[in-house]
Amino acid sequence: MNPLLLRRLPRFPAYATPLDKLAWWALRATCVAVLVFLLLPILVIMPLSFSDSSFLVYPIEGWSLKWYENLFGSAEWVRAAKNSFIVAPAATVIATVLGTLAAVGLARTNFPFKGTLMSVLIAPMVVPIVVVGVSTYLFFANLGLADSYTALIIVHAALGAPFVLTTVLATLQGFDNNLVRASLSLGAHPVPTFFRVTLPVIAPGVISGALFAFATSFDEVVVTLFLAGPEQVTLPRQMFTGIRENITPTIAAVATLLIAFTTTLLLVLEWLRGRRR
Amino acid sequence: MPLLAFLLLTFLVPIGALLKRAVENPEVANALPRTAKALEEWQREEVPGAPAFAALAADLGALPDSADAGALARRLNSDVAGARSLVMGTYRALPLDAAPRPDEVKTRLLALDERWGEVRFWQAIAKNSSRWTPDYLLASVDLKRDARGEVERMPPDQRAFGRILLRTFEISAVVTLWCLALGYPLAYWLSTLPARRANVLMILVLVPFWTSILVRVAAWIVLLQSEGLVNHGLMAAGFIDRPLALLFNRLGVVIAMVHILLPFMILPLYSVMKSVPSTYVRAAVSLGSAPIAAFWRVYVPQTYPGIGAGTLLVFILSIGYYVTPALLGGADDQMLSYYIAHYTNVNINWGMACALGAVLLAATLVLYAVYRRVGKSELSLG
Repeated sequence: MNPLLLRRLPRFPAYATPLDKLAWWALRATCVAVLVFLLLPILVIMPLSFSDSSFLVYPIEGWSLKWYENLFGSAEWVRAAKNSFIVAPAATVIATVLGTLAAVGLARTNFPFKGTLMSVLIAPMVVPIVVVGVSTYLFFANLGLADSYTALIIVHAALGAPFVLTTVLATLQGFDNNLVRASLSLGAHPVPTFFRVTLPVIAPGVISGALFAFATSFDEVVVTLFLAGPEQVTLPRQMFTGIRENITPTIAAVATLLIAFTTTLLLVLEWLRGRRR
Repeated sequence: MPLLAFLLLTFLVPIGALLKRAVENPEVANALPRTAKALEEWQREEVPGAPAFAALAADLGALPDSADAGALARRLNSDVAGARSLVMGTYRALPLDAAPRPDEVKTRLLALDERWGEVRFWQAIAKNSSRWTPDYLLASVDLKRDARGEVERMPPDQRAFGRILLRTFEISAVVTLWCLALGYPLAYWLSTLPARRANVLMILVLVPFWTSILVRVAAWIVLLQSEGLVNHGLMAAGFIDRPLALLFNRLGVVIAMVHILLPFMILPLYSVMKSVPSTYVRAAVSLGSAPIAAFWRVYVPQTYPGIGAGTLLVFILSIGYYVTPALLGGADDQMLSYYIAHYTNVNINWGMACALGAVLLAATLVLYAVYRRVGKSELSLG
């Protein structure tokens, strides 16, 4: 047999029965199947956006970029993209500032009910999103802020802040507080100390938290369904309408761009995680 | 704590308002204060006396605009069919001309619409005249108060929410079990690999995790449609002659939800499995246990914390699902969230929407409390 092929086979221990070997191969096959299940949809939709047919079916007979032209020429989609890139960064900034401050405050102190306080602070991660949508809609409509960027940004920030809080808290566990003490004892004020000593050390955690917050807002559709007026339609919201009405290759084109974008975010995040360790 | 203040304002206060709205019943109390007072002592057995009629005419005549009458009519109509036309018809006919004496009002109203002589409309007014009501919450678990205010089960043809609640839990349970069945082997395999390869493969798990849910829903529509790859593949392989219906039914919803939630199962399982030392299984095997038995009886119990955290997390997330069933399911696959949105946007029945929201919130929080007990840790996706 081909020696290369032999090397790829596992060396089973001597006590392994045929049944054990079978179990090992079954496990391996299941895992590959699960990975295919996870990746297949994402791999399947991308090539269709370059097809020149207006039906989303395989095999692809001719190639074309017309769906991308269509996408960038559509006022609705361009506005949706603009809105997404207004709302998500704004929400990310608010979530990151508040989440980081809370994490720094919580990491340093110990007080009764800290656990309870934590549960309250990360509640937005748990509360069903429809409940958030209905309740914030009720609330902001009473304030006259329904159909406004303000309301949308604020709620998206609230949804993203817990992610910043948890990632920064995790980073702070490895933070040596003596650095702060040294800085303070040498006469530095607390605020410059935070910016010049603490922040550079925990920066990878802050940035990963910010990326999580960004992705949360960027992918959020349910709250947007309730809170956004026609002027505030974001990309996911526009996709929701598109999928519900009629799924076209233009949607495949948006999907492809989004996959490229979020995969980039993920790779940045992984790289940061490597640095954090 | 600026974050606390911010969340308090933008998050907790609205949810509090939602809970309040679930038990609020302002329409009748606002529109008919005098009638409510006049009906306080009424026994709810037969048509009330002249003072109640006079109070009703005075209240309806004093409504500032027709929107208030509309809200009242809608509220009463949801209790007694026909109340809408009765209230609106009477409202338009008011004020009664030639200003009758109070004891004449009864005859005049009865002449205007003889349904004012039916006790059920008066019962509806009396029942809803208090500012707070348990009705919406009762309705969300298929209970109601009868005309006298006693709690009873709804007639079988009106029981809807119990079924929806059950369906929500059923879909979530099925999704959770599939996630466990698919996630456990993969997490185990990843945990046995050297760190470098495990990290590379982990990225393959995380790419779909980070991809927008709507992108994935669109992708599943493409895959599962009758002209899609799955049907083509099955037909080419000779398993089926005609395309299967995979979309807009329960199967499509479950497939897409498992796809979306699977990483939430794999991540906690993986982090627990990585900390399980392989020495125990080796010890069991060296003591004569068959490897499969050793795996089942020594390894699996050590991963119970991961299984608990993963299943609870997936279950908690899936009972709140809205987008996936709404886009991939049929009418019989919609979960509780869909009805909450429906009562908010379509029926504009805030009380009902908020009561269902309160039920969903309560279920989630109970499960989350269990999750905190089991996992003893914060949610972390990092």
